[in-house]
Amino acid sequence: MSRFVTRFGSLGGFEKGRVEVVDDDPRHYAFSNVFEVALGSGPWEQVAVAQNRQYVLEVVRAEGTSGWRTCGHDQSVLVMDGQVTVELAVPGPGQGPAAGLDGSVGLPGGVPGGPAMGRVVAGRGHLVLLPAGGAYRMVAQRPGVLVVQTIAGPDTRYRWAQICQTS
Amino acid sequence: MTATQPPQPQPDPQSDPQQSDPQQSDPQQSEFGSQPPSQPGSQAQPETQSQSESESQSESGSQARSGSRSEGGLGSLVGGGAPNGAGYRSFVLGEFTFSRDDYFVYVGWPTGSHVASADAFLKALQRDVAWEFFYGIVNFDGVIGTVNHYGTVDLFAGRYNDAWRKAELDHLQNFPTPQIRATFAAMLDDWTNHGFDPFASPDETGSAFGPKHGNNTPAVTRRRVTATRMVGLHGDEPLRSDQTGHRVNRQFTDVAQDEPLVEAAAGFEDQVHAFNLFGYLSRSDVTWNPSVVSVCRHSLYCPTTEEYILPIIHGNDRVEWFLQLSDTIYWDVEDRDSGAVRSKVTMHPGDVAAMPADIRHQGYAPKRAMLLVWENADPDLPHLIATGQLPTNPIDI
Repeated sequence: MSRFVTRFGSLGGFEKGRVEVVDDDPRHYAFSNVFEVALGSGPWEQVAVAQNRQYVLEVVRAEGTSGWRTCGHDQSVLVMDGQVTVELAVPGPGQGPAAGLDGSVGLPGGVPGGPAMGRVVAGRGHLVLLPAGGAYRMVAQRPGVLVVQTIAGPDTRYRWAQICQTS
Repeated sequence: MTATQPPQPQPDPQSDPQQSDPQQSDPQQSEFGSQPPSQPGSQAQPETQSQSESESQSESGSQARSGSRSEGGLGSLVGGGAPNGAGYRSFVLGEFTFSRDDYFVYVGWPTGSHVASADAFLKALQRDVAWEFFYGIVNFDGVIGTVNHYGTVDLFAGRYNDAWRKAELDHLQNFPTPQIRATFAAMLDDWTNHGFDPFASPDETGSAFGPKHGNNTPAVTRRRVTATRMVGLHGDEPLRSDQTGHRVNRQFTDVAQDEPLVEAAAGFEDQVHAFNLFGYLSRSDVTWNPSVVSVCRHSLYCPTTEEYILPIIHGNDRVEWFLQLSDTIYWDVEDRDSGAVRSKVTMHPGDVAAMPADIRHQGYAPKRAMLLVWENADPDLPHLIATGQLPTNPIDI
């Protein structure tokens, strides 16, 4: 048996590191922890934990069933804790993302009018493609944590002062 | 600005030196081509533009005057003369000379010289070559390094070291990327002996020391993974398995290898997709080697498996972010230009941290760890940051 134990984090247990300043300001590092952020988030809130111009990483507390959403560009979802079922469908006429709008939005009309594309059941460590132009919703039987690779949109939430180490 | 020709060493009439031709393709060039994989469509910068960017980047944050600087012409000599007594060839790149013996690498330039341990030098050199000089500054140590201008590359000695700068003994020379790449790749191949893998952790490889004995060309010419959309999609980078020669690493034997359940309706097989990223990373045979697995325009997921010490000190020309996927990494963070210590950052699973665009960092992983490096590959970023149009810190808290 290997003596090496690979440590992951979870909503139920994680250890947060920190920035030890010598000659600096810890706010420069925007240091946070995805599990801590998810503990303080409501179900399916999209909280930015990293930003590089228009690009963001959003932490999502996966709990229950999300609404249907759509996006004009590819996104990815990394499951950091728990299990999530991602359902994918084709948007109906007029439900597609507005041209030139970045980031994900709620699907107009609430339910996709097009055919089902398929589904993915993903657990910890799994990376899921959310294809551009598709409609998707996610279901989690128990609370989990997702990290979404995307572009900032109207539903991205910014709570830097609350989630980041400031001293 | 007129390019000056550096002095040429006189070839030994008894030898058969190989004169490098930057116009020739490098036979050892990785499959992804001559540009960093995350810079699709980027063009070689005109020499004057790269020089001004180099100056602004090197001058920012430092009060010391710079030392000497020359413009790289075609002056490089690969394998000049016969191998030395230890069996290794020497190299000339512009006004820089490189040689090695059983233990050390010796670097010379008009205003100074430097000695480095051969294993550390080769590990750094391997990253510089494999990453096509990466983003910004690749410091081999506190003295030697390169700056990527995405079409040309600065090779420097002491430029980002406060003491060398104040003494005005630092030196910098700019080269077309193909020229420095060819020289570095040839140096890496000649100086890497059989049994030593510069990409492996110390526990997984043999010694870099001793007289020249064989080579390890397959190890030093590995193809870098650069997905165009997501690993595992049809036509994109493939998944890893025992059958592809990617066994689970000895320090990740407890990582789950289950794949997600993917059920795609007919015709949507290229849209409904997922894979086990943690399992994929557990099968990596390299350390400290970010590779692209997921793409959202210029947003690149570049996860990597880390063990022991990052062989370079990376000086950013843009903000990058870390998301710790497993285990722990300790980071030393210094001022990018002077090397002054700024912070120590400890990251545990789930931690997220930005690395600002005015620092350099080096990581320490006591156990093989999974790290997600998140990059913005927008080719405009270095110029916008170097000219102050964008801040070096990502967030204003």
